Amino acid sequence: MNALPPAARLSGVTQRYGTVQALDRVDLELRGGELLGLIGPDGVGKSTLLGLVAGATRLQQGRLDVLGGDLRSARHRRRVCPRIAYMPQGLGRNLYATLSVFENLDFFGRLFGHDRATREARSAALLQATGLAAFADRPVGQLSGGMKQKLGLCCALIHDPDLLILDEPTTGVDPLSRRQFWELLAGIRAQRPAMSVLVATAYMNEAERFDRLVALDAGRVLASGTPAELRSRCGVDTLEAAFVALLPAARRRENRRIETGAPIDGAAEIAIEARGLSRRFGDFTAVDGIDLQVRRGEIFGFIGSNGCGKTTTMKMLTGLLPASSGSARLFGRPVTAGDLAARRRVGYMSQGFSLYGELSVRQNLALHARLFHVPAEEIPARVAAMAQRFDLADVLDALPVALPLGLRQRLSLAVALIHRPDILILDEPTSGVDPLARDLFWAAMFEVSRRDGVTIFVSTHYMNEAERCDRVALMHAGRVLASGAPAALARASGAASLEEAFIARLGAVVPEIAQGTLPVAARTRRPRTVGLLRLLSYARREALELSRDPVRSLMALGGSALLMIVMGFGLSMDVDDLPYAVLDRDQSVASRDYLAGFAGSPYFRQQPPLQDHAELDARMARGELGVALEIPEGYGRDLEAGRRPAIAAWVDGAMPQRAETIEAYVEGLHAQYWSALAAERGLRAAASRVEPRFRYNPQLRSLNAMVPAVIPLLLTFIPAMLTALGVVREKELGSIANFYVTPVSRLEFVLGKQLPYVALGMLNFLLLTAMAVTLFAVPLKGSLLALGVGALLYVIATTGLGLLMSTFMRSQVAAIFSVSVATMLPAIQFGGLINPVSSLEGAAALIGRVYPTSHFLTISRGVFAKSLQLGDLWSSLWPLLLTGPALIALCTLLLRKQGS
Amino acid sequence: MGIRPRGSLANVLHLGVKEFRSLARDRVMLVLIVWTFTAAIILPARGQPETLSRAPLAVVDEDRSELSARIVAAFYPPHFTPPGVVDVVAADRGLDDGRYTFALDIPPGFERDVRAGRAAAIQLNVDATKQSQAFVGAGYVQRIVADELAAFERAGGAAPAELVSRIRFNPTLDHGRFVAVMEIVNNITMLAIVLTGAALIREREHGTIEHLLVMPLRPSEIMLAKVWSMGLVVLLAAAFSLQFTVKGLMAIPLAGSLGLFLAGTALHLFAATAIGVFLGTVARSMPQFGLLLMLVLLPLEMLSGGTTPRESMPLAVRTLMELAPTTHFVMLAQAILYRGAGLATVWPQFLAVAAIGSAFFAAALLRFRRALGEWQR
Repeated sequence: MNALPPAARLSGVTQRYGTVQALDRVDLELRGGELLGLIGPDGVGKSTLLGLVAGATRLQQGRLDVLGGDLRSARHRRRVCPRIAYMPQGLGRNLYATLSVFENLDFFGRLFGHDRATREARSAALLQATGLAAFADRPVGQLSGGMKQKLGLCCALIHDPDLLILDEPTTGVDPLSRRQFWELLAGIRAQRPAMSVLVATAYMNEAERFDRLVALDAGRVLASGTPAELRSRCGVDTLEAAFVALLPAARRRENRRIETGAPIDGAAEIAIEARGLSRRFGDFTAVDGIDLQVRRGEIFGFIGSNGCGKTTTMKMLTGLLPASSGSARLFGRPVTAGDLAARRRVGYMSQGFSLYGELSVRQNLALHARLFHVPAEEIPARVAAMAQRFDLADVLDALPVALPLGLRQRLSLAVALIHRPDILILDEPTSGVDPLARDLFWAAMFEVSRRDGVTIFVSTHYMNEAERCDRVALMHAGRVLASGAPAALARASGAASLEEAFIARLGAVVPEIAQGTLPVAARTRRPRTVGLLRLLSYARREALELSRDPVRSLMALGGSALLMIVMGFGLSMDVDDLPYAVLDRDQSVASRDYLAGFAGSPYFRQQPPLQDHAELDARMARGELGVALEIPEGYGRDLEAGRRPAIAAWVDGAMPQRAETIEAYVEGLHAQYWSALAAERGLRAAASRVEPRFRYNPQLRSLNAMVPAVIPLLLTFIPAMLTALGVVREKELGSIANFYVTPVSRLEFVLGKQLPYVALGMLNFLLLTAMAVTLFAVPLKGSLLALGVGALLYVIATTGLGLLMSTFMRSQVAAIFSVSVATMLPAIQFGGLINPVSSLEGAAALIGRVYPTSHFLTISRGVFAKSLQLGDLWSSLWPLLLTGPALIALCTLLLRKQGS
Repeated sequence: MGIRPRGSLANVLHLGVKEFRSLARDRVMLVLIVWTFTAAIILPARGQPETLSRAPLAVVDEDRSELSARIVAAFYPPHFTPPGVVDVVAADRGLDDGRYTFALDIPPGFERDVRAGRAAAIQLNVDATKQSQAFVGAGYVQRIVADELAAFERAGGAAPAELVSRIRFNPTLDHGRFVAVMEIVNNITMLAIVLTGAALIREREHGTIEHLLVMPLRPSEIMLAKVWSMGLVVLLAAAFSLQFTVKGLMAIPLAGSLGLFLAGTALHLFAATAIGVFLGTVARSMPQFGLLLMLVLLPLEMLSGGTTPRESMPLAVRTLMELAPTTHFVMLAQAILYRGAGLATVWPQFLAVAAIGSAFFAAALLRFRRALGEWQR
């Protein structure tokens, strides 16, 4: 074994985030073929270290050699990343929830350039070996935590890595699945002895199995050696005790002795009672007729496999979820959804404890106190007491996100207790928390139970925690298999410990997984096509996700069709049916004759006449009149006398565009009246004049002008919004890690993400064009090919814009907001829809010229109305040809191949 | 159910303050809010052409006479670009590729015909696809040519009566003034919907909504907290924008009472934030919310009378848009800020916005209550 070269060597590795020293001059060697475990409290840099070795995180300082080369070199990273596999922390965090088990595995196979036969053979063998074969078609989102982790391992092993990195792979997984997971790994290691494995774990009994352990604290290596060496060095007989002994004295002192004691007296009162409690979701029964009773002051533990209905039961007890049948009672009162008074008696801590990340510790505590109507004058004292009790005094003004998991979980408990509830319902409160912090947590729980008589209902996957409960219930598939005092339960199963009892009980009902052999070595495609294959792999996955969310595609297509109808018919620059009124102070034959010209015009719609200026003012202010015509007193007389009376046209200037049109109409009607009159009386010879010819749209049909303009608008907003979350969502959900640690390049990633949406955009374009020609009867006079080419380039540009925002922004909300800001204003105001770009001024003109909408608008109008062909549109095509690739290039540059 | 109204109000207050604190920590959102109420107002307003501005015009002068030269010289900025004198082919191509909106063709022998008192016609080709400029511009061209002809003929062919146009409320027809206020109106709606909808989805994705539900809180309190806090943020931003960006920085005069407008805005925000909550409950994920947002915002922005006049929309669209709060909000904004109308004039719009807002709020609350149950799976 020692003949193998080391898999990784770290020297002086230092990593710092703001004021937090995540790693401080760490030296470490991972030998070839060894299973090395990292142990240590939360937030001491275990995950950082694993991310560094996997190449997912950028190294700040020090030297890091992995598989025979410096990992700081991008070339070396590219060369070795097909030999490394990385499974980040969190259940199924790098998997895609809407994709099936097989599709997830297939995606990774494609990323590594495997050909079809290899992918199928290896996927089948891995699924067989992990017992997942029966669930190959099930979406990952519906798998239990244990199954997700097994699939994560399959995905990591699909490409035969030489270095396997697992970050807390069994956290939040039930004991049986945990045992299966490690047996699986042992089997694989037996078949591939050269593979090195680096694991972080919070379970000390798991760490016993590892070849060697490294204990970390505050970013530094405390000790390393085999489990036996560590135990004997500290002179203790369990690794858990060794772990505590290794910590610096200051931290060790926090380790209070847990005062268990007995439940308070007078515990005959029943605090929690469930009778035949059931919950069905569709045809799936999550909880199936549960009966249980918890006495006041008791600590009641809830254990069972992942997805067996524990959380659903707890939600029914809190009133979050109504029961399908059966009943739940708290202190004899039935739990109903709207019972506000009952809620004050309950404190609830949900899985993955929800705190307001943007509020400080103090603000979180005070907010909850206020919402539970703790009298205002009592709040500061209550907050101080909680801070004291749960050792939060030093971090009162810190944000929860900046705290280690253990502290955050104590804060959650403090929040749940601040209103002094009678019942605490805690859903896996210690998942992923290190042993020391867990002990502190349980010490606090015993205190509130034994001293204050609070009833505690708690679920856990840690059997040593369950052993501390007064009574436990073992749940499986929605039913309680057994319940009683932990020791009695173990005895009844003939087991030495609760863990063994658990495994024995559940092992009897859960089918044994078959241990298959690992598949043949992977065959990859020729390197030249591998890049394209990876690109298509991402595109395929994105398309699959899109197809699993048909609402999105439907909104994209149906939504734009709907918008096209509403805006095509609704948007119009025509001004007709203008409301006007007259103030005729003359009331003569001449004045009535003049006004008759307006009454007969289709552009104007007459309103009741005006009596005086006050009325004119009022009605104009109300926006009731577009224009008011005022004929002065003595108009007829002055006209006869040739004194040129002045007619006043009061135009509503609130909307300038409309006012200009009104002015032009009024002047036109005025001129027309007098020239007609003159011609009638034979006063003047025909005058020379300008004859306007409205080209391309001689009937001035609004639809013919608007519809070709609406298409570019819709092809801006929807495709940009579709891609807006492409990258940022992966960042928020964690699957971005796959991009960091697989051989996919930045360009392949961006193009792969874009491709399906370009296709959807083109589908959208075809739909809109078909609607324009059929529904709106707008003739398409020019070349459809030219329009199609323009649309393709345009959609590439708009989807590129969405992706750019997505790369740039750090949260999904910000990405959505910025895409709305970056599309609505420039496309509507500067794109040439309302004013031609040539008449815009200043920065607006510049944006209008650079922004792609104006160019595609020219193409769309040109092809629809002006019978233009591809050759005529070159001046608008080339800017589009540049915009798309420029945006994609920018995305690629902004995207980092490593996290920070 | 035994909860004193005082406690209920206090809940709404405390939860709202929490929303403020969350937003205050979100630097990107703050930057975007500032952007929407400063640069996003100034850019389009400053970019607006003054009435007909720099309309691109080509002249095909086939006459090459004194009169034709006078006509060419009559076109100059700011209304028109200095005309390009080109041949027929170039003029056609210029119209085709959108370089010119107008091409004026003066026929050979035009001056001779005019001198002889024969009716001669100048052809004006207009690119009718550029609707807004086409019609107004054609009127300008006709008037300018007629003026030149009249001056040339020296025949006082004036009509027996004079027409004096008086533009009210915005005598200089300053487009910037129109666009600045309408952009604020649009951004008020957009921001209100985005902020509340996103705040709700974020709370859901982070699991904190579940936490609120085990507390003695009613769904209506949770929703009202979001409505008042996000509404207040937008109201303050709008007030700031009108006072400092529009009145101050851009020196655009506003006619009516700012207070009255802000009162109307507050009513409108009630409706808009309710829409935000509604969308936040309908959308199952952020990507769906993004698309829904576009589908709702676009018609609200483009069909409420703030972009094109309402009377030119077909009756069906006009009637449908009566149901949108934005339609009435745009009306009251135009009445107050452009025409200086008082409450005596705009009360029907206030009433309409309040009524629609209440209906939307009720619908959103109903939907929110239902959604809370669905999310617990």
